[in-house]
Amino acid sequence: MTMVTQDRSQSAYDVQGLNFRYGTGSSSDKAPWVLQGINFCVQPGEMLGIVGPNGSGKTSLLKLLAKVTALQHGSIALFGKPLSHLRQEVVARSVAFVPQDTYQAFPFSVAETVLMGRFPHRHRKIWDLGFGWDTSEDRAIAQRAMMTMDVWHIAGRSVTGLSGGERQRVVIARALAQNPEILLLDEPTAFLDLQHHIEICSVLHRLKLERQLTIVVVSHDLNLASEYCDRVLLLDQGRVFRLGSPEDVIQPEILRTVYRCHVLVDKHPMSGLPRVTLPSRNHQSGGP
Amino acid sequence: MMRTSRPPSTPPAGMLAPSTESSRTSPRPVDEQLFHQSTLTAARWTKVIGLLLITAIVSAFVCLQFGAAYIGLPQIFHVLFQGVAGSGELDTTATILLHVRLPRVFLGFLIGCCLASVGVALQALLRNPLADPYLLGVSSGAALGVSVAVLAGVGTTMLAASVLPICGFLGSLAALLVIYRLAASYDRLPVHSLLLAGVILNAIFSALIMFVTSIMDPNRSFGMMIWLMGSLTAPTYLGLLVFSLYLVVGLTLLLRQVRVLNIMAFGEESARSLGIDTERTKKYIFLVSALMTGAVVSVSGMIGFIGMVVPHAVRLIFGADHRLLLPAAALVGGAFLMIADTFARTFVSPSELPVGIMTALAGGPFFIYLLVWRKDQMS
Repeated sequence: MTMVTQDRSQSAYDVQGLNFRYGTGSSSDKAPWVLQGINFCVQPGEMLGIVGPNGSGKTSLLKLLAKVTALQHGSIALFGKPLSHLRQEVVARSVAFVPQDTYQAFPFSVAETVLMGRFPHRHRKIWDLGFGWDTSEDRAIAQRAMMTMDVWHIAGRSVTGLSGGERQRVVIARALAQNPEILLLDEPTAFLDLQHHIEICSVLHRLKLERQLTIVVVSHDLNLASEYCDRVLLLDQGRVFRLGSPEDVIQPEILRTVYRCHVLVDKHPMSGLPRVTLPSRNHQSGGP
Repeated sequence: MMRTSRPPSTPPAGMLAPSTESSRTSPRPVDEQLFHQSTLTAARWTKVIGLLLITAIVSAFVCLQFGAAYIGLPQIFHVLFQGVAGSGELDTTATILLHVRLPRVFLGFLIGCCLASVGVALQALLRNPLADPYLLGVSSGAALGVSVAVLAGVGTTMLAASVLPICGFLGSLAALLVIYRLAASYDRLPVHSLLLAGVILNAIFSALIMFVTSIMDPNRSFGMMIWLMGSLTAPTYLGLLVFSLYLVVGLTLLLRQVRVLNIMAFGEESARSLGIDTERTKKYIFLVSALMTGAVVSVSGMIGFIGMVVPHAVRLIFGADHRLLLPAAALVGGAFLMIADTFARTFVSPSELPVGIMTALAGGPFFIYLLVWRKDQMS
């Protein structure tokens, strides 16, 4: 089975000269660039947060990293190998992607959904048609993933009847069942209440520490990025505005330039990391 | 013991789920029983498919009994045994059974299989439980292809048996291309757009079919109308063989993709991130669906609703996993059409109704029920 061998000396991702716009074929010339001149590396075992205003290209960048969207200009290397040369299936054995849209029309059970994460690791046998029954190894990995994401107690329920937060956790569990080296998440905390928000963040943090998982997370939540990410990539209108530690990136002047509004940045009383607070209604126009 | 080892359903108190902590230090044994209850296993697959296979065979024998004249089971077994042994002269009952009822029951089964499995495949691909070759206009596309061929003079020779399905295939392919383009322009095609597209395609194709029928020889156009409504006639065994080839090839090609269909139901981005070449898969499934629909329509006209009703019912009972859903829906669809056709044969005996009327009468109200009372499935 071909795998992208993990070489710790290589960057998990090496992105160079990336340009991207939607639309293909002849009519695409007029489409505006979504991403322009993007260069950055992701180190193995680090957690990188991609933040930026709406429409700054965060999700497009993540999809390019996942090879969900095809590369147009520039290069992306996955552990030193060009992503565009790797087959989709080979990428899927190393990279798991959690999309924002987790809608499901059909009543798959939670356990069935999580077991689908084993698909890229299936053994092809010509005689079993496309059936590929799950092995006990698959089940062990799926069970572990479900326990990690706290969805084990709802393993038998249909995904159509779950709340948005539960479904989000199920899809993350499916991504973990892929046994990835890199986990890409698009707004993983968007539908979550406070308790599960904290839980997902700490689970991600623990996965990073225990399994040396490389994590790239797109989020609107600057505080999440500040608290949990090793580095933060701030996008503005399709360009990298700043890349660095949370302290370097989450600064009032930078945020004012990019988001075009005043916010309060102080230190989190527990961690000492930058904390962003929206201004109170009395100071919306002026700022402190 | 296994049961109690599951984490409590109350939310964990700490920030970290306690279950994971312990699973790290001592790997927990796999709770096979829970997986057995909540996922599809090979054992359950065999059980369900075996059960449905027996049901299909039993209903075939029930259907063989009824017709213009009733033939009892002992007599059926006697004639079948005789037919297999190939001995003796055939009396009237034996002729009716072997050359009229048996091939027709077989044909009904094969067509039901095709329609239900195409329905399953299209529903997974379009992520929509209402997709059906009839409602999407795929069947009428095929019907147009076939009627143009008939107008051009493709007769009822052996050649026709192999040319007409191809014409049907081209017609349904045209319809599916439109739907493919439409689906490609949305991430997830809203159900109303999909149904609207079906309505419009149906309107356009029906207009063209009516045009073709109206310039046709009036003697042939009546037969054409009956065929369009969806009706089965007893085929020759050679015709049956040719048709079953389409079914076997089509069904095998679809079965090869059952796991892929499971994942495609979560959307294309998810599917690609799990290593599936989605563009290739879509083309593959659309081509196979067009081939099967084309073959079905060329033989039996437009029989509606089986592709929607049967997968829906099977999914409710046996779950959504396509590894079971596809073959189970094929068997249930086959049995359903055999029975519907038996009603069509006997209801106004000695005359008969087009079976498409029966399936529409059963499926239409079900469709309205889904549309009105199961809005949750539509959004």
